[in-house]
Amino acid sequence: MKARRWIPHPLLSLCLLLVWLLLMNDLSLGHFLLGALLGWAIPLLTQVFWINPPKVDKPFKLCLFLLRILGDIVMANLQVAKLILGPTAKLRPAFVEIPLLLEDELALTMLTSIISLTPGTVSADLSDDHKTLLVHGLDVPDAEALVAEIKQRYEAPLLEVFTCSTT
Amino acid sequence: MAFWIEALVALFLLLGSLFALVGAIGLYRLPDFFMRLHGPTKASTLGVGGMVIASMIYFSFSGKGISLHELLIALFLFITAPVSAHMLAKAAMQQKLHINKETRGKPWEQ
Repeated sequence: MKARRWIPHPLLSLCLLLVWLLLMNDLSLGHFLLGALLGWAIPLLTQVFWINPPKVDKPFKLCLFLLRILGDIVMANLQVAKLILGPTAKLRPAFVEIPLLLEDELALTMLTSIISLTPGTVSADLSDDHKTLLVHGLDVPDAEALVAEIKQRYEAPLLEVFTCSTT
Repeated sequence: MAFWIEALVALFLLLGSLFALVGAIGLYRLPDFFMRLHGPTKASTLGVGGMVIASMIYFSFSGKGISLHELLIALFLFITAPVSAHMLAKAAMQQKLHINKETRGKPWEQ
């Protein structure tokens, strides 16, 4: 309980430290300490602005998931490159609506970003009630299959990683 | 610098610029706005990614210790590229831009 009060967002602190070390491009002890200090102080000073902080349940799983996304992005690039260089008249573009289960805002942001970065899809709009996502696909042979794939491949792991804190 | 490192750097640079070129070709070739959006959001991420990797290898082997701060470029690009694509798509829907007639499904109005 006490640790929670003094380090309100351990993951954010870790990220800040990492970004600081990368920014300085220097792994010396001095910068490590300075980064640790910043990583500790910034979340503490800004915590009043965090109205609904996301809760990451399984940070390790999140890392694995992000690694898989990286692989998917490379595949997406190859696929889209093939589509772009092939005959454009053969493409079957479509707007697809995806019903969402996610409620956490950070998780939603991640999902829409991931959709934009991966195979032939760009997220176009989120409905006002945060229940449906409109996605534009570059080449969609089967809309149902696309919805099922996105839900199973990207939404399900995010649902697992974030416990949706609804307040 | 060893030959194979130079070769590796050149390979990643070429790969990166190839994908950037494909993105640009997509922007030119595809028929409507929403489809054009796909080129720059994806092909360019790997384009920049390839160049970032090349830069990391080059500066890590040029004698000043490992250099990883290029990773931040990739990180911020991955955070910002989807947001700008999303904003462009929203603006296009509001302006009711011409949509390719092959497109199934409709953008909603709200």
